[in-house]
Amino acid sequence: MSVTLTIDGTEVTVPEGTLLVDAAKRRGTDVPVFCYHPKMKPVGMCRVCLVEIGRPARDRATGESLLDESGDPLIQFGPNLETACTITVGQGWQVRVSSEKAIQGRKEIVEYLLTSHPLDCPICDKGGECPLQDLTMGHGSGESRFLFDDKIRLAKRYPLGELIFLDRERCIQCARCTRFQDEIVGDPVIGFYERGRRLEIVTYSDPGFDSYFSGNTTDICPVGALTTADFRFGARPWELNSAASICPHCPVGCNLTLSTRREASNAGRDVVKRVMPRQNEQVNEIWICDKGRFVHHYARSPERLTSPRVRKNGKLVKASWNEALTRAAEGLKGAASSAVGIASGRLMNEDLFNLKELMAALGGRAILVDSMAGGNLIQRYGVGVGSNLGSLGKRDAVLVIAADLHEEAPIWWLRLKQAAERGTTLIVANARATRLDDYAKHRVRYGPGEAVQAALGLLHLNGGDPELARFEGDRALKSAARAIKRARNVTIFFGQEGLNYAGTEALARACALITESKGRVGKSNNGLVAVWPRANTQGAWDMGLRPEPAGLHRALAGAVAAYIVAADPVGDDPAAAAPFEKLSTLIVQDLFLTATAELADVVLPAQAFVERAGTFTSGERRVQRLYPAVGALAGSLPDWKIVANLAHRLEVDLEDKAAPLVFERIAAAVPDYLGLSYDDLAAVEPQWPEVGGADLYFGGTAYANKQGLGVQLAPRGAGRPLKWKAPPRASAGKDLLLTPVTVLYDRGSALRHSRLLEGRIAPLQLILHPDEIERLGLSEAGEVEISWDGRSERLKFAASTDVPPGSALVPRGAGLALSDPTPVTVRRSNS
Amino acid sequence: MTEHIVLRHRDIERIDQLEVYLENGGFRAFESIVRKKSPEQVIDIVKKSGLRGRGGAGFPTGVKWSFLTPDVYPRYVVANADESEPGTFKDREIMERNPFQFLEGVAICAYAAQAEVAYIYCRAEFWDLTLELDRKIEQLKEGGLLGKKLFGSDFSLEMYTHLGAGAYICGEETALLESLEGKLGQPRLRPPFPAAEGLYGKPTVVNNVETLTNLPLIIDRGVDWYRKIGTEKSTGTKVFSVSGNIELPGNYELPLGTTFRELIFEHAGGIPNGHAIKAILPAGASAPILPASDEVLDTKMDYESVPEVGSSLGSASIIVIDETVDIAWVESKITDFFEHESCGKCTPCRDGTYWMKHIFERIMDDTAQAHEIDLLHTVGIGIQGKCLCALGDFAALAVTTAVERFRPDFDLHVQGKSSKAA
Repeated sequence: MSVTLTIDGTEVTVPEGTLLVDAAKRRGTDVPVFCYHPKMKPVGMCRVCLVEIGRPARDRATGESLLDESGDPLIQFGPNLETACTITVGQGWQVRVSSEKAIQGRKEIVEYLLTSHPLDCPICDKGGECPLQDLTMGHGSGESRFLFDDKIRLAKRYPLGELIFLDRERCIQCARCTRFQDEIVGDPVIGFYERGRRLEIVTYSDPGFDSYFSGNTTDICPVGALTTADFRFGARPWELNSAASICPHCPVGCNLTLSTRREASNAGRDVVKRVMPRQNEQVNEIWICDKGRFVHHYARSPERLTSPRVRKNGKLVKASWNEALTRAAEGLKGAASSAVGIASGRLMNEDLFNLKELMAALGGRAILVDSMAGGNLIQRYGVGVGSNLGSLGKRDAVLVIAADLHEEAPIWWLRLKQAAERGTTLIVANARATRLDDYAKHRVRYGPGEAVQAALGLLHLNGGDPELARFEGDRALKSAARAIKRARNVTIFFGQEGLNYAGTEALARACALITESKGRVGKSNNGLVAVWPRANTQGAWDMGLRPEPAGLHRALAGAVAAYIVAADPVGDDPAAAAPFEKLSTLIVQDLFLTATAELADVVLPAQAFVERAGTFTSGERRVQRLYPAVGALAGSLPDWKIVANLAHRLEVDLEDKAAPLVFERIAAAVPDYLGLSYDDLAAVEPQWPEVGGADLYFGGTAYANKQGLGVQLAPRGAGRPLKWKAPPRASAGKDLLLTPVTVLYDRGSALRHSRLLEGRIAPLQLILHPDEIERLGLSEAGEVEISWDGRSERLKFAASTDVPPGSALVPRGAGLALSDPTPVTVRRSNS
Repeated sequence: MTEHIVLRHRDIERIDQLEVYLENGGFRAFESIVRKKSPEQVIDIVKKSGLRGRGGAGFPTGVKWSFLTPDVYPRYVVANADESEPGTFKDREIMERNPFQFLEGVAICAYAAQAEVAYIYCRAEFWDLTLELDRKIEQLKEGGLLGKKLFGSDFSLEMYTHLGAGAYICGEETALLESLEGKLGQPRLRPPFPAAEGLYGKPTVVNNVETLTNLPLIIDRGVDWYRKIGTEKSTGTKVFSVSGNIELPGNYELPLGTTFRELIFEHAGGIPNGHAIKAILPAGASAPILPASDEVLDTKMDYESVPEVGSSLGSASIIVIDETVDIAWVESKITDFFEHESCGKCTPCRDGTYWMKHIFERIMDDTAQAHEIDLLHTVGIGIQGKCLCALGDFAALAVTTAVERFRPDFDLHVQGKSSKAA
């Protein structure tokens, strides 16, 4: 149903239920707003969106429309102005935005707002992109009748946490930030305290403003009240240039804009001043998580490698590119088919393609270090083109299994939470409680490491093999299975929590078969999404890299030379150093001198994502472009180019001139990417709500997307029949299954080199159930000793009732060299 | 008027004791409707009685109940005992002295609304009174007048008291509901009205203490009896809280339609010390101030007549001001109050009252510029008609009308004209 009304004399037709302010916006009429935000429910607090509304008059007795002398409907205007943000449009209305009365009303509201605002624009970070500034220019009066000396004096530098600062004088109490935290992300850790003009934002959490999404509040704050510790007093907005990028930290693929400025501190060259969300309503809408926003500093770390190194007399010393590449080429040439390339999903498609091509030409292998299976199944059963978590509704279901999305892919978590709130049936299956449980209609619990059993149980009840009857689970599992059966569309997110490689392989198959049972493979909002450990793990699979199921040591068995790109296996597990030490040539290509690089014969300095062009393929299989934001660190090169340069010395022809040309080769060689070009990835279309630029008062300072929405790849479809796999057998005998769980703020190189989030990095500790703590006779504080495979470690421990019985948890990447769930013996540490 | 309807403790001693209340027909009304009447019939009786909300808005009570969204349960009834309008002190007397009639009224309302839980939201300063209400509720439970399956019917009812935290705004019904839910007391956007989405998003009736206390006798004695009291459109009695420059301040329960003159000069003993009456604030701090002309004094105090002379009846807290009082001073106090009590949710009230307060500081210091009196008026007018809730208008009405109607009092404070500056 649509409704037709006139706004300032122009007719406009919008869907029934549209808010007047949105209807005006869609017609191109700006009604000013401060508190209203198109992503949140209206509250009508700031009162600046006042307009005159005339409604068709009706006869009270008969309900019939009254007509004026000329036979047109008689329109009645109320005595008061009304708020356009709280009122949904009505048929035949006449709305006056530009009448004298409406203009006067808004002018008064702006004047009231400014009475308590410090007007310190010259020193305010928001100055230049400030809705209050803009709307005062557009709708306010030229001078204030309020005496400056009467202005309220409040704290100018109040840290809500170490990330977000509050200027209490500037705050206009619009509650966008508190409502964002409550309504959108479900972390109501900030709120109002006191009342009247004394109303102030406070934080209730410890640490302050404890939310993975806190930075977004600074984008939607319509004044300079909330600023990030990162950008605060860092630059004026009008000095900034911007470059489009993609977040390299998780498989969501959030669209970013990097704001840069030339600075003396960098010898007059560009520096990334801040990371901002770039609108992509199908990926991240206008939000990003705090990791994506704040950890970019590692790219400017003084520890970055600035020149190649080669080992001479047992020592790594600086060398020229020519010398280093020649040495590396010799090593690889000697090894030939005994050469192994090892890379991670941190790399871009162009890098991975070149590496794969080089290793193939040598007759060797290219191995992916991310130890999780299913990339090949995603190519067949991935979500269909047009899939958009933002479009999920009541008839759809989503299963999340063996993943903790709040930690692993915060924006997916956020969008699934919102889908669940819109009525999507959310099923969360895990051995332990995760934060998505709060929004799930079905919570399925399985034993530690038994995700495959649960998935097979769900498959059984969705028309699977009768042999699967033995996996039939409890009531929760059965009702979840029925929910999958009932739903029209089913999307499955599977992760690797509690599983080794073989486990993820079995899980991916079971999940693929569940989606197949719906008969809608390839349709939008149907299919599999892998919660990969890296941003471009899917791209790595697409470029032809595979993990070695039996582990890296197997891949290295018999290898003579290894070429390791964007991976640090020795840093991850110092005990894994031995096979690397035995190699005749070890080449490591990275940003930093990693533990693996320290063992290398040749070290090649690569570029950071902020310096790079390239593409990532997201977990939802959207291929998206990154653009260089700043000049490359002197001495470093993009990975694809280093690989190509090395290839030339081995007489292998690889593209070495430009990233788009590498992508042309990908588009000619990789089936799913056939015919794609950088131009396709750069295509944009209008998005709602309008953000950035002239619309920043409306949607906030997230950047409008002018550089590309990316292209979602179509899955190939089921193809040859797939057979389920039995779950790998759990080894018994030891007392606890130690399960690494992914945390957003781990001790990875990105976080280690970015000071800002230092205090939030998950501490290395064993997390035990209180019952287990009692059983082991542990005191409240202290350490435990864990041992496995003849190794042992001493760790601090903490209690949590979320730990499933028979297991213990440890944050992944926090310093314990363990990537697969492993049975361990835990005992009191004697010291 | 010989008999009280609401302040019945003035006619019947110890009616605050349950046995005395029961001896005098207490809970007869409640029991009879639960046994014999459908909720719709009760709503109909209340509609026909013409009872209007005594909290200030004067909205017909039965009509308000009939807006409850059909077929949505649970529902809630909330007694608004956040009595905080300056000069209003009637609900306190009712709850202290005639508590069971009030509680029976809550029960009748709950039955009509088909709510099985009722809350009594008391202002924080009523903590002692609230403890006493808790004991009374306990007695009702023990007496089988509250609890499960009352009088053999399927209707069950529990009552709870809840203390506010000291905010004027929580007398506004949606702010009250927010506060009751444990949130910051700020009004909600309306619609949806509480009858559609109230407490915890469920259909809710919020009624003032005095409104509810009228119910037992309306049910017990019938609509015809009730309608004989008061005027055609403003039926029944009203408890007028009289304060200010008055010989006998206190509560007076009189039929609606009694004139200001009768209340002030016949019942409340007139103005002390032989002074002349100058002005009346007929609804505490939140309505236009009236000059005490003969026309005003002869105006009937009911929901229709007071607006005709330029103000409103509100909760009928009649503040009497004599000729010795500086109206600018009165308004500065009122502005202090509203600046302090503005919840801060919407801009005009939050920043407008702050601005007015600062202008008043200069007026009361006699340092104001001449144009600032007009500015004060403009700021007040600017607030009106733009706020999220009705209290925004209230915050400015007394001030703007005072500037219009008592301008000389303000001009005396302008720099150069005041006695102080000279």
